[in-house]
Formats: sequence, C-alpha cells, structure tokens
Amino acid sequence: MSNIYLKYTLLFVLLILFQVLVLNNIQFSGYVNPYLYILFILLLPFETPKWLLLILAFFLGFGVDIFTKTIGMNAAASVFMAFCRPSVIYLLSPKQDFEPGIRPCIKDLGFRWFFAYSLILILLHHLVLFYIEVFRFSEFFSTLYKVTISTAFTLILVILCQYLFYNFKKI
Amino acid sequence: MRHLLAFLLKHYFILLFILLEVFAFLLIINNNNYQNSVILNSTNHLTGSILNTYNTAFEYFSLKYVNNELAEENARLHSLSEKSFLRTDTTFCYKDTLYKFISAKVINNSTNKRNNYMMLNKGTKHGIKADMGVICSNGIVGIVTSASVNFCSVMSVLHENSKISAKIKKNNQLVNVVWNNIDYKIGTIEDIPTQIYIHYGDTIITSGHSFIFPEGILIGTVKNYLTEKGESMNNALIDFSTDFNNLHYVYIIDNIMKDEQLNLEEVIEYE
Repeated sequence: MSNIYLKYTLLFVLLILFQVLVLNNIQFSGYVNPYLYILFILLLPFETPKWLLLILAFFLGFGVDIFTKTIGMNAAASVFMAFCRPSVIYLLSPKQDFEPGIRPCIKDLGFRWFFAYSLILILLHHLVLFYIEVFRFSEFFSTLYKVTISTAFTLILVILCQYLFYNFKKI
Repeated sequence: MRHLLAFLLKHYFILLFILLEVFAFLLIINNNNYQNSVILNSTNHLTGSILNTYNTAFEYFSLKYVNNELAEENARLHSLSEKSFLRTDTTFCYKDTLYKFISAKVINNSTNKRNNYMMLNKGTKHGIKADMGVICSNGIVGIVTSASVNFCSVMSVLHENSKISAKIKKNNQLVNVVWNNIDYKIGTIEDIPTQIYIHYGDTIITSGHSFIFPEGILIGTVKNYLTEKGESMNNALIDFSTDFNNLHYVYIIDNIMKDEQLNLEEVIEYE
C-alpha cells in the first residue's frame, strides 16, 4: 500500500520538475506549450477520495505556478479539471463498476477509452488555463486556437508516456 | 445546525471545489499585475458610472458651499499664480508651467477605514496616470494609484502606505507625514530630529522632493509635540488642513518634468 503512495509522490514531484524545467522552455512557434503535469490527475486511481483529488490537483497546479510566477492560474485550471474528472468517468462508462486494482490507463481500459478520457479532461484544463491567462474575451478565437494546438500536443505526450510505461512493465 | 452539517457533508465535493477555485482566483488577482489591473479597470468602469449618477443627483445640495469654495480658490490662485512657474535662475523663467492642474470631482470617498481610497471623475482620457498628486483648495488629498478611461482611484493620505515628504515651513526641516488611524482630522509627523523644536501652530507644507507634489502645498498645523526620552527621533501630531470628510472638487497635479527628473535620478544611481 505504501508502495502506491511512494510511487504517486515521486510521480507528483517528477512531473512538476519535468514541466517547469523542460516543457516550459519548449515553445514551438510561440503557440504551443504542452502541459504534461496534468498526467498526474489523469493517472490517479479510481478509488481516490474526491476531496483528495481536488486538494492534490490544487497543490499540483500551485507547484507549477510558483516556478512560472503565475501564482494561482495553473492551480485554478487543475482544480477545475479534477472537479470534472468523476463526471467524465461516469460519462464514458456509466454502468461499469471498476474492480479494485484497475487504473485509468491504456493497459487496463484500452486505447479508445483512455483517448476520450484524456482528450476531454486536457481540453477542459487548457480552456480554463488559457482563458485565465488572457483574461478577456476579445481575443476569443486566437485563444481558442492556442488551446486546440496545445491540447493536441499535451495529448500526444500523455499517450506517449503511456506506451513508455507499458514497455518498462513488460521488461 | 444538524441540517447544515448534513448539507455540507452531502455537497462537500462541490463546496470544496468552489472554495479552492475562489482561493486560486484570489491568488491570481493578488499576485499577477495584469489580471489585477484588468479587474480594477473594469470594476472602476462599472462602479464609477453608478457612483457618478448618484453624485450628479446629490450635487445640487452642496452647490452653495462649493461655489464659496471655488471663489476662495480663485482668489488664492490669482495671488499665487507665479508660483507654478519654474525659475531655473534669476534671469530665466521657464515659459510654460511646470505643474499642470486638472480639476476633478470626487465621486466616492471614505475616511473611516484604515486604508481609504477615493474615486475621481477624470481618467486616462484626460491624461491622468498613476502616481500623480491630488490636492484640494485647502491642502493635499492623496496620490493617484490607477486610472481607467473615465475614472481614477486615489490613495488618500489616510492610508497605511501614504508617506508624504514634507517640511516645517519656518526652518525648512524635512519630515515625513503619515496617518496612524487616529482620526481623519489628525496626522502624524515622524522622524523629527531631537534638536529641532516644534511649537503648537507651526505650519507643515510639502517639500517638493518627491516629484509628485509641488513645493509649498499646505498639509496642516502642529497640534501636539510628543517627546520620548531616549529616542533619537520625535513624533508630533498635526491637524490636517484638508477636511477629508468634505471633499467635492480637487485638482490632479501633472508634473510635466517628472520623466526628465526621474531619468536624471536613474543616471545618478547607475554611476
């Protein structure tokens, strides 16, 4: 049991560091900035208590915020995403009760399920984040464009990570 | 009580969500200048127009008093008009005024808080920027902190962060005027060296060292001198000459040479 806690703590720290040290320095053509750190919220087990989900999301976003000097923005977006997670899971598999031990990943639930699940949540997160950053609706469409492109890139990274973990597990 | 608890437990997920989001937004607004200024400007716009309407309705009741005040002000300006010219030496007199006065009307004001702000009906459209001084016919009022298109908010002298560079008129000793939340009529002067003697009724005026207020604007008169044994600096209480509770028309001061003065100061700091 403590193994899981340790694993997720490590993932939490690693994702924040990877986000602020690597990804935030990569900006293709000024539009694209993938936010891989939300992978943490995506990967949390199904039986995580809802309150813990929100709190963890807040601190995750806040952790990224203190590095990028955008205090509160990533926190707000992550909390919103965590808030939507239970509803999205219900939407995708309404009648299914997940057996303990099954986690939200491609290995356990298949590519299509995970793709839809990540796409919706990443899109929600990026919508909130980018609109808070711009903080006005007069640039609605250019912001939407940024959201779309960054969502695509984050999604690609998230799925790439899945396959990386796959291989490690098989070995 | 039990129902309340049951309600809270039932909806804890959404309540916690709202709580965290509100907290995040507070953080955003307090820590990010851009978002803060957008909020301030848009709320300025809204509250400004509401208060403006309210004010036009009640303006008539104080017309007589305001007229008197304006007449006095005019008289004073006639006698002082030379003061706003810059003399660089005895033979040369700068052709234009150094300070431009823009009249404005107070549409919202408070005196009962620890940190008081007021709102004026002039904004960026009229050339108002942050850090301009605000005075009235009786004395200083405050400093502009932000301006939207039609309105600006002013940090009153009655504010924790307000610190006005001033001097004692009779001997030109520099002091600082602050407000310690005693009463809106009473201010404090700090950092008076012990060898300086201050008497009841001494006049305190602005020093002109801050680039915000011109020299010689009245601040108040000394009311009470506090000496503390063993302290190297003394404090004194002053009566503000401005009646902050009864402000109608004020003047915003635009220091035309401010940029030049600040640039020069920067140059000095680099050397």
